[in-house]
This record gives sequence, structure tokens and C-alpha cells, in this order.
Amino acid sequence: MARKDFLDIVSLDREEIIHLLDQAVPFKELFTRSVKKVPALKGKTVLMLFYEPSTRTLSSFEVAAKRLSADVTIFDVPHSSVTKGESVRDTIDTLQAMRADYIVVRHKLAGQPAAIARQTGASVINAGDGAHAHPTQALLDAFTLREVYPEMAGKKVVIMGDILHSRVARSTSTILDKLGVEVAFCGPGSLVPQTRFKRFTNYEEAMKWGPDAVYLLRVQKERMDQSFFPSDREYHNVYGITEERLKRIAGEGIYVMHPGPINRGVELCDGVLDYERCLISQQVENGIAARMSVLYDLKPQVS
Amino acid sequence: MSLALNESAIAAAVNRLADQIFQAVGQETVDLVGIRSRGDEVAERVADALRAKGVSVRFGVLDISLYRDDLAHLSSNPKLQSSEIDFPIDESRVILVDDVIFTGRTIRAAFDALFDYGRPRVVELAVLIDRGHRELPIAPTYVGEYLETARLDHVVVSLQKTDGRDAVEIITKQ
Repeated sequence: MARKDFLDIVSLDREEIIHLLDQAVPFKELFTRSVKKVPALKGKTVLMLFYEPSTRTLSSFEVAAKRLSADVTIFDVPHSSVTKGESVRDTIDTLQAMRADYIVVRHKLAGQPAAIARQTGASVINAGDGAHAHPTQALLDAFTLREVYPEMAGKKVVIMGDILHSRVARSTSTILDKLGVEVAFCGPGSLVPQTRFKRFTNYEEAMKWGPDAVYLLRVQKERMDQSFFPSDREYHNVYGITEERLKRIAGEGIYVMHPGPINRGVELCDGVLDYERCLISQQVENGIAARMSVLYDLKPQVS
Repeated sequence: MSLALNESAIAAAVNRLADQIFQAVGQETVDLVGIRSRGDEVAERVADALRAKGVSVRFGVLDISLYRDDLAHLSSNPKLQSSEIDFPIDESRVILVDDVIFTGRTIRAAFDALFDYGRPRVVELAVLIDRGHRELPIAPTYVGEYLETARLDHVVVSLQKTDGRDAVEIITKQ
């Protein structure tokens, strides 16, 4: 029996993750055909409900849904009655009447997608909720790493940046852990929580650990004015991949990943984007395949 | 459960398919596209038999899961596998190959899947077994063996590479 919703990585077992990753491969192969579309979700409606702005994740889901032949409706929250004070619950009731089969939700509150999932027969996909989870990002990250390391177990990945506030760090570390990858966190001491994963507060020490890939988190500019990160330049020098550090990364053949959008000169220098083991653009392409795999796999309970 | 075809009967059916195709195409290049799962294995065997006759064969595999007309009715979707057609099919003569033809719905889906790869000049259909009970106006061009079945019978095809043995069995619904 297939799942109705896709809300987090924690509740998936290893077999389900492998299934979704395996299944994303034939979806990615479609992208090289002249006809990139398949009729699997013909006649189905996918509703994008984004309470937080996002261009990349929204577009990625939109392309994924359209390549499955679904009809896509984007519920433009900032301009909707939500800003007039309508509650999420009332919004969902309204959307129910639109008979969506799949609802893709992003919300600043952790747990909101799960709450919506309980209220509707439509399949709900979490596209990021607060600092809680971003499971499709985790899936595309695992997929991307698996393309370069088909046997992932035993590989080492260090996730760099503001771990504490990052749903990407949370979901991606969880999926990699379930796949047997060794995960470490690195960032400013106050932003790296104590977890079962290895913990570094110093870039050089993290690199001495011998990672196979470095996963840079986006610096959230909106947090910059808080006392966590003093300035772009200082962050770059302490936790960013500088031109100098890139030489060593290239010398050791370490892969570089980033969920986007990147801040040049903050998390990474320009040179990283031309580095042959930079996986950032693959992550974008793989995001579509991973999201197609999820959409194809879920079973809405609507009549 | 009763055995309808044993290993040698399956081999004979494959040879009949190869003979019919050989008679129809002569020395023309043949594009065989097997439908997952088991149609691909039948296609491989037919390809080997044709090559033994000196026919040049291009071989592809089609997964039609995404084109099925019953996805919304299944409690979980079939596991998707890769399609591999690494030659251009525009203007070519494509022979789709499947293990069993029953309602014809798989073949309907296969047409849609195939046409997303290009526009073949001719499409034909070769099946190891025709068990009848069509729900669509689709007829195979080449048939290895006809089996008389009741509508609710299950025809179970086992092939060496997929299942570890060769057999065709009929399970009768009581």
C-alpha cells in the first residue's frame, strides 16, 4: 500500500528511500528524450501552496508535475486572502472544493504540512516547513551523491553552515545517515547543535576529517543582522570555500554541493562553480527527477 | 495450476516467431523493442534466433508503466524501470515484443510510449502467447502460440533470466 503523503525523511525506512532513488533514474532519463513528458498524472491536479517565497523549489515542483502531465495551479499566497487573515484551515477548505489531488506545501511553521495532510484526502508533499524538514531536497541530494558514489555507505559528508536553523541540514543529514553515509556538521559553535553526528566548529578540522563531499548551506541573509554572522566577508573567510581552499578541495577531489540559491563570495567563491566536481547544477536537474519520483509514488485518497 | 508450455514448447514458440518475422522482413534491418517485464526477454531470444539467420537486429526495451490507463486504480504503482531505445526509430520498422497479449491495454500503452521516441514507418507486434479476450481492437502480427483461456484465468509466464526457469502455466479461477 503506497503512502498518501510525503512529509519528512525520518518516517521513511531505508527500502522506501532506495525505491524512490531507484525510481528517479528512469525519470531523469526522460529528460534526454525530445518528448520529456509522460502521461502518468494526466487529469490530476497539483496545487502549489507556498506560504513562504521560493522560486527554485516552486519551479522544480512545477516542472516535475507538468512532465507527469498533471495540471498545476499555483496558489499565490502573498496576494491571496491569507494576507487578509484567512486561516490555513479555511484556505484548505476552499482548496478542497477545487479538488486538488496533490498539494505541495511550504510554510514557515514546522508541522503545518502535516496538519494540512490530516485535513485533506489529497496527497500532501512538504516543500519545506520552518526549521523542521525539506524531504524532497534531501532526496535530490542523496540522488546526486549516489550518481557519483553508487555505493554510498562509508562515504563522508560534512554539512557546513547554520545547522541549527536549517531544515536542509536536518533532512539531508537524516537521509544520508539512513543510507550509511557518515555525516558531520561544521559551523559557528552556537549554530551547531549537539547531535549523534560528528561536530566541528573549525573549517580546517572538518577538512582533516577527510570528507568525500562538502555540503554548503545557504547563508540566510535575513539572519545576517542577528549576532550569529558578523559579515559576508568574515563568513567567507571562516566557513566559505575561498579560492585558496578550493585548490586543496580540487587537489583532494572533494565534491561540493549547495541547495541554492548560492551567495557568491559568502559560502563559495566564483571558482567553485567552474570546478569539475561541483554538483550544484546537477542538484537542480536531479531535483525535478526526484520530485517526479515522489509525485508518481504517492496515492491520493480522493474520489 | 496447469502447465501449458514447458521449456521446449517455449523454445519452439520463439522459433516460430523468428521464422514468421524472417519471412516477412527478409534481409531488412529489424528493430525489436521488448516490453518490460518478460517481453524484453522474449525479444532477446527472438533477436538471437534472427541473428543466427543473418538478420541484423537492433534491440530496445520499453517500460510502459507511466503510460498505463489504470494507474489511478492501483493501490501502489508498478516499480518504474528504464526504457532503453538507443537508436532513432523515425522511419524504421519496429516490432514490439511481449510475452502475452490479453486485453490489449499494455500494447495500447506501448504505442503511446513508443511514439514519444519518434515516428516509426511501421509498427508490428510479436507475442509469445495470444490468450484471447481482447478489450481493444488490437491484433498481433506474429504469434508464437495460441492458448485457450477463460477470461478470469491467470496466465503465468516464467522465463529463465527473470524467474530462473521456463514455463507457461494457467491458474484457473474457481
